[in-house]
Amino acid sequence: MVVPLHYYLGLSVALFALGVVGVLIRRNILVILMCIEMMLNAVNLAFIGFADAFKAVDGQTFVFFVMTVAAAEVAVGLALVVAIFRHRATVYADDLNILKW
Amino acid sequence: MTIAIPTFNLSSIGPWLTLTVAAILILLLDALSPKGRKAYFPQLSLIALAVAALQTWWLWGQSGTDFARMVFLDNFAFYFYLIVILGTTLTVLISRHYLEEWGKNLGEYYALLLFATVGMMLMAASNHLIMLFLGLEIMSIAIYVLAGLFREDARSNEAALKYLVLGAFSSAFLLFGMAFLYGATGGNLFIGELAGKIKEALPLTKPLTLLGLALLLVGFGFKVASVPFHMWTPDVYEGAPTSITAFMSVGVKAAAFAAFARIMFAAFPAFVLEWHMLLWVLAVATMTIGNVVAIAQTNIKRMLAYSSIAHAGYLLVALVAANQLGAVSIIYYLLAYTLMNVGAFGVVILVGRKKDSYLNIYDYAGLGFQHPVLAAAMSVFMFALAGIPPTAGFVGKFYIFSAAVQAGYIWLAIIGVMNSLVSVFYYLRITVLMYMRPAEADLGPIAFTPGLVAALIITCAGTILVGVFPGWFYDLAVASVKIFPAL
Repeated sequence: MVVPLHYYLGLSVALFALGVVGVLIRRNILVILMCIEMMLNAVNLAFIGFADAFKAVDGQTFVFFVMTVAAAEVAVGLALVVAIFRHRATVYADDLNILKW
Repeated sequence: MTIAIPTFNLSSIGPWLTLTVAAILILLLDALSPKGRKAYFPQLSLIALAVAALQTWWLWGQSGTDFARMVFLDNFAFYFYLIVILGTTLTVLISRHYLEEWGKNLGEYYALLLFATVGMMLMAASNHLIMLFLGLEIMSIAIYVLAGLFREDARSNEAALKYLVLGAFSSAFLLFGMAFLYGATGGNLFIGELAGKIKEALPLTKPLTLLGLALLLVGFGFKVASVPFHMWTPDVYEGAPTSITAFMSVGVKAAAFAAFARIMFAAFPAFVLEWHMLLWVLAVATMTIGNVVAIAQTNIKRMLAYSSIAHAGYLLVALVAANQLGAVSIIYYLLAYTLMNVGAFGVVILVGRKKDSYLNIYDYAGLGFQHPVLAAAMSVFMFALAGIPPTAGFVGKFYIFSAAVQAGYIWLAIIGVMNSLVSVFYYLRITVLMYMRPAEADLGPIAFTPGLVAALIITCAGTILVGVFPGWFYDLAVASVKIFPAL
């Protein structure tokens, strides 16, 4: 059975929207980072869906690059969270308020 | 099964290789050399940057693509190589003393700086969306780390985390846009072929392409700090180490605009009306909000952050104009902006002293009496940023607004000039403070180190020379935008 392309795209858009909402409303930095991962994975799903529909391989290749970069980004992100936690014992975005307009 | 490896020419990515090798070498030497003997990293970086600049000069004039069409070889990319290398060189020059003050003159600082430079070059030369994404992330991840370099400083941490979260957020938008474009063009990732494929599939996939275009605009809007995606800029610019703020404000902007301009000019001729209208609004909002909010700032780094938002707005005007002069003015303005902005940050570092204790604009009161040369240099940069002749900033703005008028966007040019007038207020306020108000307390000695002095001389002379003799740089820029036949 073949999964039609619009199923992939619908799921991808839904995941992406969930990720965006999560980044905007959640307060825990770890959850925010997880939501960003979800957005990136939604992108991956869209690429895979299209690549499958076109029988092309470069969309799938893109996914590997996205995953690698996402891993690197999260490594830096978690390191920064640890550094902040050591200072202020908090992982909440509301407490990051030294720099303010 | 045999796999044919396409032919390629290593020399066409020579500058990237040089900088990558130098960065890895610095990391190795940093790990292997004993403590206290790490003073030669700035020199090593400078040598690598000089070699990379030389290699770019050799490449100049080539055209075409290499590495299975992944890499563009054209003067447009090479001009941006030179701008980025100039920005990094100046950053290395202003860094050393500042880092030593914070006890952070580390090898990885220079290695990351060079890696970020390579990422910027990749962005300027990429002909493939994967390359573009990789370049963007190589640059961004290195800069996230650099922004958080002062681990023990709460501000630096906070700035780095905010930059990382919003940077990753915007990358996701950019990627989603790329995914839609991939779908809309039937599986094409080459930037150079996007226009043709979009046109072919236009009747069927117009909504998908438009969605992709909109998401790309959001992603790039974040990277160039255009309103309404500018919220991170002041916080990150204020909290990051000053030398990195200088690097971010010139390097990231140049690289992002290189990729932005290339995609917009090359890939979307079928959607000119749509993106012109969108960017028109963005440009006006960016200029106005950047300039108006900058007036209210008392922290000099924050003020320069809002000024950098305003300058992104001017560059967007040139992008909207989308004619030959517009493309030329983007290149020229970024060169001018690199010189004047790094210079201004150099002065901020010199006046800042003792772990950035003097960052308030009122700390500049009386500088003209106690350190006349330094105050004169700062005045040159402020005049240039405000766009007052005979500096490079004036000529750049002149080109941008003439391009807008030429393209028929008279109102955009008028709004731009009015914004320019608003900006004169907060730039000249610094000059007025330096010369017309006595110091509140004795400023004390300022440590003039060779690197900083050299950077200030280069930027000061450059700002004036590029402004007085724009012809040569203008001709080079004209030669490098010939690759966009649609303009």
